[in-house]
Amino acid sequence: MYAVRRWSVRQARALETCYRAFERAMVALHPVWTRIGYARLERPVAAVERAVKGFLFDCRMCGQCVLGSTGMSCPMNCPKSLRNGPCGGVRATGHCEVDPRMMCVWVDAVAGSQRMRAGRDAIHVVQFAVDRRLEGRSSWLAAARAPTGAPP
Amino acid sequence: MARGGAGADRGAAMKFEDEPVPGYPLPILPGHTSPGRLERVLRAGAFAVTTELDPPDSADPEDVYRRARIFDGFVDAINATDGSGANCHMSSLAVCALLTRVGYAPVMQISCRDRNRIAIQGDILGGAAMGVCNMLCLTGDFVAAGDHLQARPVFDLDCMTLLEIGRALRDEHHFQSGRKVTHAPRVFFGAVENPFAPPHEWRAFRLAKKVTAGAQFIQTQYCYDVPRLREFMRHVTDLGLLDRVFILVGVGPLRSAKAAEWMRSCVPGVHIPDAVVKRMSGAANPALEGRRFCVELIQEIREIRGVAGVHVMAYRQEESVADVIERSGVLNGRTPWRPERIQDVHQTEAAS
Repeated sequence: MYAVRRWSVRQARALETCYRAFERAMVALHPVWTRIGYARLERPVAAVERAVKGFLFDCRMCGQCVLGSTGMSCPMNCPKSLRNGPCGGVRATGHCEVDPRMMCVWVDAVAGSQRMRAGRDAIHVVQFAVDRRLEGRSSWLAAARAPTGAPP
Repeated sequence: MARGGAGADRGAAMKFEDEPVPGYPLPILPGHTSPGRLERVLRAGAFAVTTELDPPDSADPEDVYRRARIFDGFVDAINATDGSGANCHMSSLAVCALLTRVGYAPVMQISCRDRNRIAIQGDILGGAAMGVCNMLCLTGDFVAAGDHLQARPVFDLDCMTLLEIGRALRDEHHFQSGRKVTHAPRVFFGAVENPFAPPHEWRAFRLAKKVTAGAQFIQTQYCYDVPRLREFMRHVTDLGLLDRVFILVGVGPLRSAKAAEWMRSCVPGVHIPDAVVKRMSGAANPALEGRRFCVELIQEIREIRGVAGVHVMAYRQEESVADVIERSGVLNGRTPWRPERIQDVHQTEAAS
């Protein structure tokens, strides 16, 4: 939901802290996940992730979450799915060129990143295009399997 | 990447006499990545002029040549847009391939809107094989901006990844998959930036990302707001980017106050201050006033530290480009390459 998504950006700092703790927990539980089997966990965890992040961020389940590098504003909500900054078409008011009813995802991302700790610098790192094979899969489990140091 | 080079190197970089046959690549000078003239002009430290060719809605090559001839002797490179405004036209790759047959230096625009990474990488190789030395990587206008609203927007890549993939093809000789190419494309890669759209304070950072990803030159959106450009250039300078990238500022003559009004409300990302619209509406001859204003803009812009050239976009008034460039004096007595140059050289050789 648009209002919740924008609220999340305003709470970027608190969410970053929560996420960091959550990632640590997920990584610490790696032996448990291995025991149960990552393959078996994939569907239920992805379903929970979809529900939670769908509510908070209008998450599109790209499977390679970069919220920690985008000020807690999900870049997949950009009509051009830009993951590295705003396009040149942003309106003078900061609204999206394609959908004038919404704020540019990247105008929000820049504002959100300024509230974050690690996220403040992480936004300057070039993100590679998404790997379409991972769409719909849980990025939480991916982070537990191979921790990146960035919030999932 | 060193910028220009001093003294003798600069002189060497500006010479085109080592051009074998029109359409054939020049020898690649030390420190250069492409066999093209645009890179030579920029690295020599000359104020470069590029322009934009509106690809025809036709399959006749003469339509392309006719549109290119208008610029003869006034520009260093010609951009061929890639379905600009999400409207269908002859492809950028084809326009560029036709232009290289004559010897022109085209800039092939690659938009991420219509093709995925498989198609795009094929086009980079294909373009380079046809003698295209400059490629401009952009995300592209959204489908809804054009005349084929039914089309599927692709956006498999964004401009940033496109630059990274292009650079890997050139410097590391492999596709994104890791598979090797046997002959790497020797290309001068460019990108675009819009210093006039929000979030303004972040635009220079975004430029830095593009430079990191592989952009060697930048062509900006239309500039009608010089103070804003100055601020942007100051930020770019502070970030230490000027040694790594050449910035060409976009300019264009306005036809009338109505056209200015239309551009700023209907063309995404175009910012025209009210004062400019007012000046246009008060003019007795708006078209002439538009050109005069464009000349003033170019002269003002060339004085800004770090500006390496201008990119003149004169959609549907391409005949004004030569006039605007001439009057601005930015070529400084220099005549950019033109097709007749080849004949001139042959005649001189025959005479001596």
